[in-house]
Amino acid sequence: MSEWRYWFNSQRGTLLALAIFLLMFAIYIANHPAIANNGYTVQGVGNVLQTAANKGILLALIAIAQTFVVLTAGIDLSVGMIFVLCNVVASFVVVTNLGAPLGFNLGPVAGPAVGIVIVLLVGIACGALNGAIVIFGRLQPIVATIATSAVFFGIALWMRPQPGATPEFAKALGKAMLTKYWGVLPASMVFLVIVIVLLWIPYRRSVLGRATYAVGSSEAAAYMSGMPIRSAKFLAYVWSGFFSGLGGLYITFVTSSGQADQAAAGTYTLNSIAAVVLGGVSLFGGRGSAVGAVFGAFAFLTIKDLMFVLNVDPLYQPLLQGIVLLIAVSIGSARLFQVRNRLELFG
Amino acid sequence: MVATNPLFRMEGISKRYGGVRALEKAELTVEAGRVHAILGENGAGKSTLIKTMAGVVVPDEGRMLLDGGEVTFRDPAAANAAGIVCVFQELSLIPELSVADNIVASHPPTRFGMIDRGAQRRLAEEALARAGGADIHPSTLIRDLSLSRRQIVEIAKALARKPRVLILDEATSALSASDVASVFGVIKRLRDDGVALLYISHRMHEIAELADTCTVFRNGRNVATYAAGTRTDEEVIELMIGREYHNVFPPKPPAQAASVKPALEVKNLTWSPRLNGVSLGVAPGEIVGLGGLDGQGQRELLLALFGVLRGTSGDIIVDGRTVSINSPREAKDDSIGMALIPEDRKTEGLMLPMAVRDNLSFAAMSMFSKAGIIDRGAEKQAIDEMIKLLAIKTDGIAVPAGSLSGGNQQKLVIAKWLMRKPRIILLNDPTRGIDVGTKQEIYQLLRKLADDGAAIILYSTDYDELIGCCDKVLVMYDGAVRRTLVGPEITERALIASALNIDADIEGAGAARPAVS
Repeated sequence: MSEWRYWFNSQRGTLLALAIFLLMFAIYIANHPAIANNGYTVQGVGNVLQTAANKGILLALIAIAQTFVVLTAGIDLSVGMIFVLCNVVASFVVVTNLGAPLGFNLGPVAGPAVGIVIVLLVGIACGALNGAIVIFGRLQPIVATIATSAVFFGIALWMRPQPGATPEFAKALGKAMLTKYWGVLPASMVFLVIVIVLLWIPYRRSVLGRATYAVGSSEAAAYMSGMPIRSAKFLAYVWSGFFSGLGGLYITFVTSSGQADQAAAGTYTLNSIAAVVLGGVSLFGGRGSAVGAVFGAFAFLTIKDLMFVLNVDPLYQPLLQGIVLLIAVSIGSARLFQVRNRLELFG
Repeated sequence: MVATNPLFRMEGISKRYGGVRALEKAELTVEAGRVHAILGENGAGKSTLIKTMAGVVVPDEGRMLLDGGEVTFRDPAAANAAGIVCVFQELSLIPELSVADNIVASHPPTRFGMIDRGAQRRLAEEALARAGGADIHPSTLIRDLSLSRRQIVEIAKALARKPRVLILDEATSALSASDVASVFGVIKRLRDDGVALLYISHRMHEIAELADTCTVFRNGRNVATYAAGTRTDEEVIELMIGREYHNVFPPKPPAQAASVKPALEVKNLTWSPRLNGVSLGVAPGEIVGLGGLDGQGQRELLLALFGVLRGTSGDIIVDGRTVSINSPREAKDDSIGMALIPEDRKTEGLMLPMAVRDNLSFAAMSMFSKAGIIDRGAEKQAIDEMIKLLAIKTDGIAVPAGSLSGGNQQKLVIAKWLMRKPRIILLNDPTRGIDVGTKQEIYQLLRKLADDGAAIILYSTDYDELIGCCDKVLVMYDGAVRRTLVGPEITERALIASALNIDADIEGAGAARPAVS
């Protein structure tokens, strides 16, 4: 086998997710009213891309958050609540007059910057709490994160019983995020690419990043190899909290409002799991990548949007959506039909 | 032998697990540039001893000295840092990572905080070459490698850590014959480079070839240390089992008449590319061995018979009736009456966390249940009979199977299937990594089962076993039976020659080796 075959073998899940996404998106864009009526104009394609990117980035960020924990063979049911909590916190602290009530006003530039840092630190703290409970409390991740997600939601609801934001909220950031460059390149997409290049790729190539994969693949073997398994696991939860926080920050930019929205949190949590599976991340741990999860998130949302552009009766949309999702997820396990030794079916 | 400059020394090491004493004031001195073999039955304390050295287990008392200075190891990483590296019997490789990733697992080369993949690749290639695995591509995922190749990677991984003391725990048990030869070369080279090697194996001829010094363990203590070659095999085995040693293998019955109808007949069984037209017949009362180099289709043959493989072709004939077996559930059905003792008792044989009772009942549930309800009384009776028949050492039937020693776990797997009173018994290397005493019991059991009318197929990687146990040996090569050796034709020379697919002069082959050599 030549070099690229090995690479292909190790990236199979991610590439498959990309293929599924491209296929669905191609159908979507070809049937989109803006394109169908006016042809492939720069403006038309730009608008379609921008809408898709702005909608998809939130789920993409939450799916990246989920990926870290799933890679360790865990599952994080609190990503949606961390997202909501950070949304609420951001609606208080990402303001142009941060510190004014306490007598020091950081002003319109430093204020929001410090506010952003605070929001991300809240996300990190939530993730660290999850990690500490799982590693030192030795609780199952699924149970630990169900419990902490209720705590996070409780705090969010206590902080903001009614949706809204501080009047001094820094609205300019939202506009910056919703723009597009050269008419076709959505800012949200650029933001996502930067996040992946600056954060995911170095992580993937770091010692702790590799240890995360090792822990998920075989924790006993990782321990016997003297790998830093506790730090790796802990870091995975911290990263998960960070990316959920980034999602919370992003939705605050876009909506200029904070809301302790329990339904949204639940939906994002479940959809993030669907997205990572669609993105080729193995729920058994140790296999997959955040890049795949991003493709998975976009593919997931495209399935939804397909129903819309194909004019499916809204009554049947959830049913059809479910069926398409099932088929898409099954493609990833289609390889099992070729398994000739039944023992391999059991992993 | 004067211990002038011991590199590593263990003094008065004791370790208890609950009420069980694994080690009791054990002593061991390891010198640089020597191969030190550790012998002993399973449960004699060998694994605990090396786990203590490797930092996996913290001893209750005693001390360890490295270069004369006292050391303690909190975890495997600490032992590795001190230069003590262990190649474990239970592989420590991470299946979803590549060969190169695994080799540098504990200390990957980094540049600017990120793993330097070029340097990693070079380190991996160098280590693979030293371990005799230059043909393994560093980018292959571990899960795509065979057991034998994984073991080579495991050794490469140990070498990459530049060990001063290298512990090889049953390191050859999963290796094919050609890999064993290259690993022996590696061991001898390391010894000449001044590395201290601890070698744990149940294969006496490997120890005879490699060891400079031997230490025998029994019941958690070191009972004897001697220079290699100063004791006979019989003496050594007596030291190990602590009682008079009799012939390991039970006597074979006279050859059967050719007219006996086979209980199991296979015609042209194919599962390409691993099985290419296998034909064989096993009569009731007969033990048929599968020989040949590792990986020539023996395992696949057993799995195919047991209905595990998809898309096989050819005929399987049981008691004169052509049958189609599509799952282990069909294979064990009374109309076929087949049992397979699988290769890996820990994953395919037993549910380790579950009770001994549950494990014994799994395959035989239908035999003591009515309308889907288990008759606990009948179950208990059947289980007690089995435990007695196989002399399984266990603290009652409610303890988890994982708490038994390796040999007793293997007996459990066999007992589980004997509960069904199978007429055709397939065994996949049933004595791998278990002690002489238990081996002997298993051999006697197999002969008894055959005498009671069972048809037995035994795959073994141990030539002594094929010679001592089998009435007939089918030597496989490239997925087909290349030679059938019957009775006195089964000699080591004939086995090796036909395994290598060399047309040696079988008639003139050397005399059979003694039972244990």
